[in-house]
Amino acid sequence: MSIQVQDIHKQFGNFTALDHVTLDFPTGELVALLGPSGCGKTTLLRVIAGLETADSGRVILEGEDASGTHVRERQVGFVFQHYALFRHMSVFENVAFGLRVKPRKERPNEAEIRKRVHRLLELVQLDWLADRYPSQLSGGQRQRIALARALAVEPRVLLLDEPFGALDAKVRKELRRWLRHLHDELHVTSIFVTHDQEEALEVADRVVLMNKGRVEQVGTPQEVYEHPATPFVYGFLGAVNLFHGRVDGEHVQVGDAVLPHDGRDADHGAEVVGFARPHELDIVTDPAATAGVAAVVSRVLAFGASARVELDALEGAAERGEPTHYEVVLTRERVTELALTEGQQVRLVPSSLRVFPREAA
Amino acid sequence: MSAVAAFFNPTRQTRVLPGFGLSIGYTLVYLSLLVLIPLSAVFLKSAELSLAQFWDVVTAPRVVASYKLSFGASLLAAAINAVFGLALAWALVRYRFPGKKLIDALVDLPFALPTAVAGIALTALYAGNGWVGSLLEPLGIKVAFTPLGVLVALVFIGVPFVVRTVQPILEDLETELEEAAASLGAHRWTTFRRVILPILTPALLTGFALAFARAVGEYGSVIFIAGNMPMVSEITPLMIITKLEQYDYVGATAIAVVMLVLSFVLLLVINLLQAWSAKATGRNR
Repeated sequence: MSIQVQDIHKQFGNFTALDHVTLDFPTGELVALLGPSGCGKTTLLRVIAGLETADSGRVILEGEDASGTHVRERQVGFVFQHYALFRHMSVFENVAFGLRVKPRKERPNEAEIRKRVHRLLELVQLDWLADRYPSQLSGGQRQRIALARALAVEPRVLLLDEPFGALDAKVRKELRRWLRHLHDELHVTSIFVTHDQEEALEVADRVVLMNKGRVEQVGTPQEVYEHPATPFVYGFLGAVNLFHGRVDGEHVQVGDAVLPHDGRDADHGAEVVGFARPHELDIVTDPAATAGVAAVVSRVLAFGASARVELDALEGAAERGEPTHYEVVLTRERVTELALTEGQQVRLVPSSLRVFPREAA
Repeated sequence: MSAVAAFFNPTRQTRVLPGFGLSIGYTLVYLSLLVLIPLSAVFLKSAELSLAQFWDVVTAPRVVASYKLSFGASLLAAAINAVFGLALAWALVRYRFPGKKLIDALVDLPFALPTAVAGIALTALYAGNGWVGSLLEPLGIKVAFTPLGVLVALVFIGVPFVVRTVQPILEDLETELEEAAASLGAHRWTTFRRVILPILTPALLTGFALAFARAVGEYGSVIFIAGNMPMVSEITPLMIITKLEQYDYVGATAIAVVMLVLSFVLLLVINLLQAWSAKATGRNR
């Protein structure tokens, strides 16, 4: 089922949680709402669910205005960060809850309930835990039960609020692969909220990046990662190096260095900030070289598949309000070849530089 | 002391906090001096009567009538307090309103007020010429000097118990549980009955037991409003005082023994119910 939100505005006192947000969630997709805490992503999810009412704007479910519909009639499955399982009920009864509270004429009989609950428990691979109580389960198991419970009422949409937020890193990774798998099986339109960019990029079909109550960018994980629309998105989706400079035709003048840029959004003479990911920088050790930005090696971390080099800017960068640190990711062969030593002065040459006007960054 | 410790803790595990021997020893001495010895004295004193005499004293019609009033009114008052105490706790936890702190403080007042003051105040209010009594009288409802008056006094003194036991549990109750129930299609009443109430039941029962125990032992506030008519509005503690005033110490302790045993049995039942419901709500796992 498709979900549209139109011009949703929500204010908590002086704080604007959602600033006239308009979004379109197509049928069958798994969408991630991604952003830092306080960006309004959870509020948006709760507005879609009907747990929160927007000050203005409309929520449209399958072409129908659902803004005035109560949460219990919206047929949305909601999964909470802290599971919200009913602790006085067994796992079976938790999953059966949605079926048992149906009005008498819609309520399936006991045998049917039994069958459906067991099918759901099999789906989340926890059928063997049916008689346990929530307090006897691990975090990952609880969240899977919470998901089964939400799916029991056959929701038209599945909304997950930081579903893996309370779990440790390993379980988290496992569960997000599992969620992706489950979604491919069920194809129910799903939205999940997260502040973990890796999670969003890995699991979702589409990522909505939010900041300060506004939508910054919507796109596939690849689109948003490779072509960030705003400096915020660039910075949020991974480590980044910044270069303050001035556009000079095809190039950007950064201090005494001249760097090529990607040419977009750059008027001649404009003050800009250039963005480059750590793997988009190369290090030149030749002292005679003039291309690239000068920096001093401070640490070389050579373990794992690739090596990370941390560098400091030359003195005076902080006074000019410029970044003082850089991070470069190289292959291990390249690091061996360069034979970097701490304190060595080198030059950084970006293979690609995305520029944004200074005031936007 | 160390012998006691060895008895209660034969394996001598090392604990993070030392002092098991000291604390259990202190507990036993304290309990013995203040609770067990005085209570057993009651039993010993009443043993001066032969079984037949004992039976005659404790089954005298006036005394039996007083048991019915004392235990009946106490149970009823505790039940009333369970319902309205829950409502009061709910209002205090869930809503914000002006004067909330004041009401929160008022709840404890029945604890602090000398019971005689409460009794006199209630009597003045509910008597035929009192503010409330004069309104009820034309409707044919007499409160002061009837068993109904006893009930009113017992409800009054029991108010804080349920509120104070339920309040912390309600504060810990995540609203997410209600939201989850609502998103699964449950109506408000269903959510309350199937999600919230089971979680509150152990605390509610504890509050009920405390309110009941307090009501059974209550004397000061009741005697003023009860009117103390034999066979109608005499409570058991009054029967004990009456016997004492007639220097019938043995008779007084005999009635006290019956009260003690009945109260103990009832409290034990409530505690068992409470333990069972705590288990059923998954708190002791």
